[in-house]
Amino acid sequence: MHLNYTDKQNAFRAEVRAWLKDNVPSQPLNSYDTREGFEEHRAWERKLYDSRWSMVMWPEHLGGRGCDLIEWLIFEEEYYAANAPMRVNQNGQLLLGPTLMEFGSEEQKRHFLPRIASSEDMWAQGWSEPNAGSDMAAIRSKAIRDGDHYVVSGQKTWSTRASFADWTFGLFRSDPQSQRHHGLTYLMVPLDSPGVTIRPIKALNGKEAFAEIFFDEVRVPVEHRIGAEGQGWHVAMATAGFERGLLLRSPARFQQTAKRLVALYQANPQIAERDPGVRDAVIESWMGAQAYAQAAYHTVGLVEKGAKIGAEASINKIVWSELDLKMHETAMRILGAYGELRGTAPEAVDGGSWLEGFLFAQAGPIYAGTNEIQRNIIAERMLGLPKA
Amino acid sequence: MDFTFTEDQLAFREAISRFLMTEAPPEMLREIWETEEGRSPTMRRKMAEQGLTALSVPEAQGGLGMDDIAWSLMTQELGYYAIADSMADTAYVATGLLNALPAGTPRRDELLAQIAEGDVRIAVGHPVNPLVADVHLADVVLVEHQGEVHALSREQIGYERNPSIDSSRRLSRLSVTPNAESCLADAVHGRQAWDQTLNRGALAVAGQSLGLAQRMLDLSVDYVVQRKQFGKPIGSFQAVKHHLADVASKIEFAKPVLYRAAHALARGEAGAALCVSHAKLACCEAAWLAARHGIQVHGAMGYTWEVDLQMFMKRCWALDSSWGDRAFHKSRVAKAVLADDATIGPQYTFGS
Ligand SMILES: Cc1cc2nc3c(=O)[nH]c(=O)nc-3n(C[C@H](O)[C@H](O)[C@H](O)COP(=O)(O)OP(=O)(O)OC[C@H]3O[C@@H](n4cnc5c(N)ncnc54)[C@H](O)[C@@H]3O)c2cc1C
Repeated sequence: MHLNYTDKQNAFRAEVRAWLKDNVPSQPLNSYDTREGFEEHRAWERKLYDSRWSMVMWPEHLGGRGCDLIEWLIFEEEYYAANAPMRVNQNGQLLLGPTLMEFGSEEQKRHFLPRIASSEDMWAQGWSEPNAGSDMAAIRSKAIRDGDHYVVSGQKTWSTRASFADWTFGLFRSDPQSQRHHGLTYLMVPLDSPGVTIRPIKALNGKEAFAEIFFDEVRVPVEHRIGAEGQGWHVAMATAGFERGLLLRSPARFQQTAKRLVALYQANPQIAERDPGVRDAVIESWMGAQAYAQAAYHTVGLVEKGAKIGAEASINKIVWSELDLKMHETAMRILGAYGELRGTAPEAVDGGSWLEGFLFAQAGPIYAGTNEIQRNIIAERMLGLPKA
Repeated sequence: MDFTFTEDQLAFREAISRFLMTEAPPEMLREIWETEEGRSPTMRRKMAEQGLTALSVPEAQGGLGMDDIAWSLMTQELGYYAIADSMADTAYVATGLLNALPAGTPRRDELLAQIAEGDVRIAVGHPVNPLVADVHLADVVLVEHQGEVHALSREQIGYERNPSIDSSRRLSRLSVTPNAESCLADAVHGRQAWDQTLNRGALAVAGQSLGLAQRMLDLSVDYVVQRKQFGKPIGSFQAVKHHLADVASKIEFAKPVLYRAAHALARGEAGAALCVSHAKLACCEAAWLAARHGIQVHGAMGYTWEVDLQMFMKRCWALDSSWGDRAFHKSRVAKAVLADDATIGPQYTFGS
């Protein structure tokens, strides 16, 4: 064990830092849950891509830098410390990208991966259906083979930013007689196809953060299938692992929030007198974020020596989502009467960002597989407890 | 940057684990605890033969010269098998204290060599602990006096025993009269050594607590798979699953914090105290949760003297406040993190 960065890693950090210093927009972008903000974020992602900072771990021929996991952690640390904009194409970059790399055809890789890296194509995730949330194997949307097309009918829901995205990927039942996770096929569908209707759903903050997607006999070319027909579940499970694991929520994000929370606490010294428990919560938050970062480095060390991430991904998911909640709840306690103010309020603190973060933190234990489901996975796959 | 252990470190842990599994089963511990002294000379000799006491003694004095990082693994084993703490105190904490004293310090090399051989038991009286463990059997007691380091024999001190809920604990209130002859190091050298000793003691508790947590989780998993209610193993019920999943999460996330702290201590990093306090809080919290959820999933059986769980629970409750209670460690963290010049944020995972 040696916990020092190499000269090369330090040089990499300096390079990232310098680039971000020159390029991070001085004003925060509009929320990517609005059309306007979405396009501003697309432009920012394009800028990252042009300087090869979009997907640092991807190989050079795809516009990346071939970075290893430690360099990726360093990149993320600098990115969050610089208060750079949140990434908007995570569905494409963190879920679909790796799936294509593992299961896609050469042709699909060549076509889609660079467009994902540059955010020329923005992706929506089409897993959930009204009656298939936690129980994803219950999905009913159909994709029936007709020559060199699939004919897709049905409905997806809770699809993040589908109102603004260009494509969706998801699972469809290609064998109408099949049950559960058999007979499912993984398809990529352009959202401007005839027969696709999108109905935005307003999230807690009033913005169109997700949407329902209706498919009415939408014709999808067979080339847009990933993996074999009927093998969609297998492909999707690999993707779900990427999401919950390390990549979706890098520790730096929470370390930066913890740092801001410490600053918020210090700017409001009277709170400690009114509620001594707040200091405790601030300290616990910092320790939680620090532990999450150390756990990430620890996992990376093991992965580099050949270990596979298993149920740890589920532990990560629980830890980051509950930490995020705790930090934002603590911020609300510190803000007191100012906590409820929206960003447009003249007296809002920090542009209302704590309130926005608080609202979004409510979703953390729900999306990417609810925390109840993650706990079941840990109990059954890691501890070996019997299924119900 | 490499946050993993060497093959050697892992192999040594594995060997100690296998050894303790056969030599220190719960029935044996129960037997030992019922004795007046609460310690088994046979087991202690065997542990010394395994090299445990020589682990961090420098090679020059006949030891293996391993550092705090190795002990972050070893203390987990001591916890997992609920080995009484004199082993950690002598072989790790006292060794570290003696090592930290300058070369030429009277008795230093001689004591280190004796530790390596397993010939001496040392109790450490640090002012952070109001009561001192294992004085009743110690050959030498190292105590602090105005920053100085003093070594006294058991005959030279007065002590009064205080029974603990953990039958393996042997705590004493000391009354000592240090003199010029007992002084090993002056306050200049002593202060620094005592600070490090506090960190080592706290880290030893953290490691043991994590081992205890893992043992309680394993015992609980075994139990809920076997115990049936409503015609099914209780481990198939979600409420039971979630209790244990939470324990597993706490343990997983405390581990790297412990290792990080051991590394900071071994390298003498400026932020070592912060790392150690974080580790102690995280590991003790994991252990308390493992105890609480452990007893819950055992039902009334968990409330009995009969189940093994009780030994591990009591140990973790007892250790929680030793080498600095939670308030102590939390305020150390607060002091560091809330300082005006604190370097915190994403780029400072490993210090500034
Ligand atoms: C902000 C946000 C963004 C999202 N983005 C997307 C997206 O882009 N694409 C997409 O496809 N989906 C998305 N989702 C949907 C998300 O994946 C689902 O909400 C989630 O899987 C839970 O499904 P559900 O809402 O139907 O809840 P339900 O499955 O109805 O669950 C309701 C409650 O019951 C519990 N429960 C259900 N089954 C069990 C069980 N077996 N054991 C224990 N408890 C159980 C759940 O844990 C939960 O507490 C998003 C959700 C949110 C909140």
